Amino acid sequence: MEDLALKIFGAILTTILGFTVGMTYGGIVRKLTARVQNRYGPPFYQNFLDLLKLQSKNSNIAHGFMGHMAPVWIIIAAVTVLMFIPILNGNLWFPNMSFHGDLIFLLYMMVFGSLGMALGAGQSGNPNSAIGVSRGLSQMVGYEIPFVLSLVALMIQYETTSVQELTQIQHETGIWNIFSNPFAFLAALFASLGMFRYAPFDIVGAPAELASGPVSEFGGKYLGTMMSGGAIFAFIKLTLYVHLFLGGAGNPDNSGIIATLLGLGVLLIKTFTLYMVPVFYGWINPRYRTEQAIRYFWGWPTALGIIGVIWAVYS
Amino acid sequence: MINDKDSQKIVDFIKNFARKQSLFVMAYGTGCGAIEIPSTMTSRYDAERFGIRGAATPRQADVLLITGYLATKTLKRVIRVYEQMQEPKYVIGFGSCTINGGMYFDSYNTINALEQYIPVDVYINGCMPRPESVISGFIKLQELIKQGKADNGKKYLENLEWYRTNQKKIIKNWKMPDYNW
Repeated sequence: MEDLALKIFGAILTTILGFTVGMTYGGIVRKLTARVQNRYGPPFYQNFLDLLKLQSKNSNIAHGFMGHMAPVWIIIAAVTVLMFIPILNGNLWFPNMSFHGDLIFLLYMMVFGSLGMALGAGQSGNPNSAIGVSRGLSQMVGYEIPFVLSLVALMIQYETTSVQELTQIQHETGIWNIFSNPFAFLAALFASLGMFRYAPFDIVGAPAELASGPVSEFGGKYLGTMMSGGAIFAFIKLTLYVHLFLGGAGNPDNSGIIATLLGLGVLLIKTFTLYMVPVFYGWINPRYRTEQAIRYFWGWPTALGIIGVIWAVYS
Repeated sequence: MINDKDSQKIVDFIKNFARKQSLFVMAYGTGCGAIEIPSTMTSRYDAERFGIRGAATPRQADVLLITGYLATKTLKRVIRVYEQMQEPKYVIGFGSCTINGGMYFDSYNTINALEQYIPVDVYINGCMPRPESVISGFIKLQELIKQGKADNGKKYLENLEWYRTNQKKIIKNWKMPDYNW
């Protein structure tokens, strides 16, 4: 019984952590982007204000059942995936279900949110949404290949599909996967450029071209819920990358308060550093067209992924 | 406790603060005023520090910014955009043309006063208003929101008959879908 209570507490804690960190990172990126463009920029908590405003809209319109369900679907997918990601390696306060899920399951579940978005956008009947969805799915076909190749390389190298075990191996040997298989890491890093949808891969939202794409018919509470789901998804991807390649965070032998806070600090530093890669890349790039984006992902990133797999087989 | 008057006041205060600090602007760039919007948003005047940012579609927008004269043909589109926006929604009339017709006061195909057709919260005077005055207009709107006085979306619904009559005087071929906003 106590075990169950701890798990529920951990789940709530994880959700709050993922949401807060994701939203704050988004706000910090807005501030940094403004500074780079020689502007003062909004405060770092601007995203929270936006969310509060969207949630306090008086009228909210939905275009049918799927349009109503899409934001719910996205946030369900986000929280579900979050439960299968180890936040801190072996920590008692964030038990979740990381031990039972594996990488192949995560690969499936991470597309679930986009699927909900696609169905909801489809029902709104807006042509911009339809174009946005088709672009998003094409781009997904692009970046999933280097991403899957890098994950396959890790699976071959350590003969396991469990995220928890991969983190544990890195913790025990002390060698991060970024060093033991740098090609897989590079392929995954290139794939992350497409995942975060910053420029030059912002072809889905495409402001001033597609009128924000799939979400163009969603306003008020629907948009707010989608924003929260997106923030949690950003945190999920970053944490997954940190645990797969950057040695993870947290000490499995010590779950004291100081050790936990220290682990969270390490996690935040690592995730933020990783998050800056697509953001920096975006600052200096204009937008690709869809076929250019796919060609980009099927070029060097895929080649690096294949080299990573070969490296894993023969190392 | 929950339906208490004081607790409602607190909720309203928080809501109005969030609404005030996060304005998504649908810039309806009809006339010459559209050229002032980029300079308001970019590095020199940077409207984003007040939480003002552009919205791509009317569904996501809070503020409808009418920049300049409205031809009778574009009025129909403005009404459609305004009715698609979600409450609470605000309108800013930008430039002299929206106030009294400006230099097009005797033109055969522009409207003279915008508030005859949709309720306007704030007018920004000038031909053209510079970015400073645009930002000051936005701050005026923020003050109105903070005091809870900007509820023109409700006003529009209450006086729909009157607005429709005025709109139909200008738009002869009224073929508009009914919105369940």
